[in-house]
Amino acid sequence: MSQPPAGSANPLPLRDRMKIPRQAMPEQPAQDRVFNFFEVNRGYSEELAQQEARRCLECAKPTCMDNCPVGVNVREFVQSIVAGDFRGAAAVIRQDNVLPAITGRVCPQEDHCEAACKLHKKGESLGIGYLERFVADYEQRMGIRHVPTAPPTGRKVAIVGSGPAGLSAAGDLVQKGHLVCVFEALHELGGVLVYGIPEFRLPKQIIREQLDYMRAMGVEFETDVVVGRTVTIDELIEEEGYDAVFVATGAGSPLFLGIPGEHLNGVYSANEFLTRINLMHAWQFPAYDQPMMDLHAKDVAVIGGGNTALDAIRSVLRLGARKAYVLYRRSEAEMPARAEEVKHARQEGIEFHMLTGPVEFLPDEKGWLGAVRCVRMALGEPDASGRRRPQPVAGSEFDVPLSVAVIAVGTSANPVIQSTTPGLDTDRRGYIVADPATQRTSRRGVFAGGDIVTGSATVILAMGAGRRAARSIHEYLSTGSW
Amino acid sequence: MFPILEARFIAPGIRRFIIQAPRIARKQQPGQFVILRLYEHGERIPLTIESSDPAKETISIVVLSVGKTTRLLNSLQAGDAILDVVGPLGKPSEIRNFGTVVVIGGGVGAAMAFPTAAALKRAGNTVISIIGARSGELVILERELSAVSDALTVTTDDGSYGERGLVTDKLRQLINQGAHIDLVLAVGPIPMMKAVADLTRAPRIPTIVSLNPIMIDGTGMCGGCRVLVDGKSKFACVDGPEFDAHQVDFDVLLQRNSMYRGPERESLAEFECHPQAQIESMRAASAKVCVLTGGRR
Repeated sequence: MSQPPAGSANPLPLRDRMKIPRQAMPEQPAQDRVFNFFEVNRGYSEELAQQEARRCLECAKPTCMDNCPVGVNVREFVQSIVAGDFRGAAAVIRQDNVLPAITGRVCPQEDHCEAACKLHKKGESLGIGYLERFVADYEQRMGIRHVPTAPPTGRKVAIVGSGPAGLSAAGDLVQKGHLVCVFEALHELGGVLVYGIPEFRLPKQIIREQLDYMRAMGVEFETDVVVGRTVTIDELIEEEGYDAVFVATGAGSPLFLGIPGEHLNGVYSANEFLTRINLMHAWQFPAYDQPMMDLHAKDVAVIGGGNTALDAIRSVLRLGARKAYVLYRRSEAEMPARAEEVKHARQEGIEFHMLTGPVEFLPDEKGWLGAVRCVRMALGEPDASGRRRPQPVAGSEFDVPLSVAVIAVGTSANPVIQSTTPGLDTDRRGYIVADPATQRTSRRGVFAGGDIVTGSATVILAMGAGRRAARSIHEYLSTGSW
Repeated sequence: MFPILEARFIAPGIRRFIIQAPRIARKQQPGQFVILRLYEHGERIPLTIESSDPAKETISIVVLSVGKTTRLLNSLQAGDAILDVVGPLGKPSEIRNFGTVVVIGGGVGAAMAFPTAAALKRAGNTVISIIGARSGELVILERELSAVSDALTVTTDDGSYGERGLVTDKLRQLINQGAHIDLVLAVGPIPMMKAVADLTRAPRIPTIVSLNPIMIDGTGMCGGCRVLVDGKSKFACVDGPEFDAHQVDFDVLLQRNSMYRGPERESLAEFECHPQAQIESMRAASAKVCVLTGGRR
């Protein structure tokens, strides 16, 4: 049991592997990073990566892979790292994941591969995400040499949306030889990766590099096209000759709280707030023309407890806010944000106020946002999500003075495609109905996946849907059967 | 890149552009708008489409110089290109035979109201148009609107052309005369639209306004353009831009549109220090993108 598996590049007996502690991710110190938008995590060195990789137990039945939404061959790429073959490791990952530098940064590995890691049961799981990021960055630094090509099939696939689901499907389909064109509504490619996730968690340069790689593979992109308005799905199929369409538009529409005062100047949706910062560079005003509210020395709160909420409030701090609060109506145990994000946010000095529910936004003397009235919550019985339902405590109202509030309580389905595509079935919440195994919709030749099917989820789950769609689109184009 | 084929001032500070945008030209319907961005550091601004020509693959827009972006835009000439133009966005105007429709355009609102007025006329309506401006030189599209209207009145604040007064003075006169009106469509500055709504509320004349809130993506993704309609939050980009005037909270709209007054002034003041330099650097940046990508991005 303790001997290394036959042929292993790692001579360490298993019990010695278990003695190696998980290698910490080098970070930009909190006191520095709150003044800049540079990436928080700096990435492993080659030495750190190899030391971490040596911890892998090389399980005969690697459950980490089964738990990966895109099925990355974790054991094999980790062993390539042990052997010092970093390029080989990258090639292994790229078989299943076209965006490793992105998932290596934003995938919640602790819910997927790392949750299933045997080391996790005995202590700390293998740093699979950190290793993936190392390999992707190494390959990028050294220059990607191998770009896979396939003989052209002459079939055309339109992909609607250039976020993680769309890009993942595009990468797989182009490798099968299909002509792939990705349509994007905004002026920049990447979807939520560019408008939603801030620079300090996912630098834009990383996204641009991944897109360059996809262009090199032959994927075509067209920006400034709102499918449903600029062109409909039916026109793509009937007039532009696309043989299949994959709808990967994301969840889209921000939810508001429906409480009084939401129209006051100073109340933003997280989507708007992050779009101004990330896509439009409003924090660099006046070097960029799009403005945002000046946050210097202001008190700002985000309402919500997910990754988007933390992305927003951590940005606020970097823009000079005096106080930055997270107001969340449940307790920390129910917070959907990644543990690493919560840790980073706390290090940076963000105040968390749990069991706090906003009931009204109050104006200041100018008629702009001046405070939020909150009520204390107590947890009751579990609700439909399995989490304990928060209930207001009578008479516990209190006011928090604020200049800016960011609402990050989730999204709902954007109706533009559904309402312009006859015969495309939606569920009662407006999301597109798609078969979970094949991503097929009610319309022949039309597939859908990612948040527009499931509601808000994660980058990696969207990429998993993109892969499944690519597989069944390829099957449909090959057999013609529906 | 979206090439500008024609550009000319139709009034002081008001410029009309014909832009090559094949996809948008094919789909545009009255009441819809585009969002454009001029260069890499530019902001996204919404502008109503005045007309489109699917055969020539062009759309036209009418732009009033207000802030930095519109001044930069109005410095562009035929042969230049706009980095990003996306659309057509928003729900099209409801076009059917209502009977008698009064179409009101305040300032550049005349250009926004024009495509809907023309479509209403084609649908068999009696179209009574009222357009207003501060003074005679700022009156636009009089000839075009007149061609699709059964009657047209021009009002100017200073009386230098047409009837002296506001568009609402003319509307009030029509209502007081007992004119039969089935629908009012009003496009223009917020105070004008609010005044129209107040006039038609008591006589219960159905009234539609086209709202112009601050907007970024225009696809329903950000919620920045939310307006209060019948006490409920609506996104002007996907639920509008046209709404029942009697249910719109115009005060909230005015307040929200003033949100960036400070930065807007700062931007404009900086622009006015070196306008020519900024125009040149914008044109150079677009030309570079054009060369790098062969016109495609």
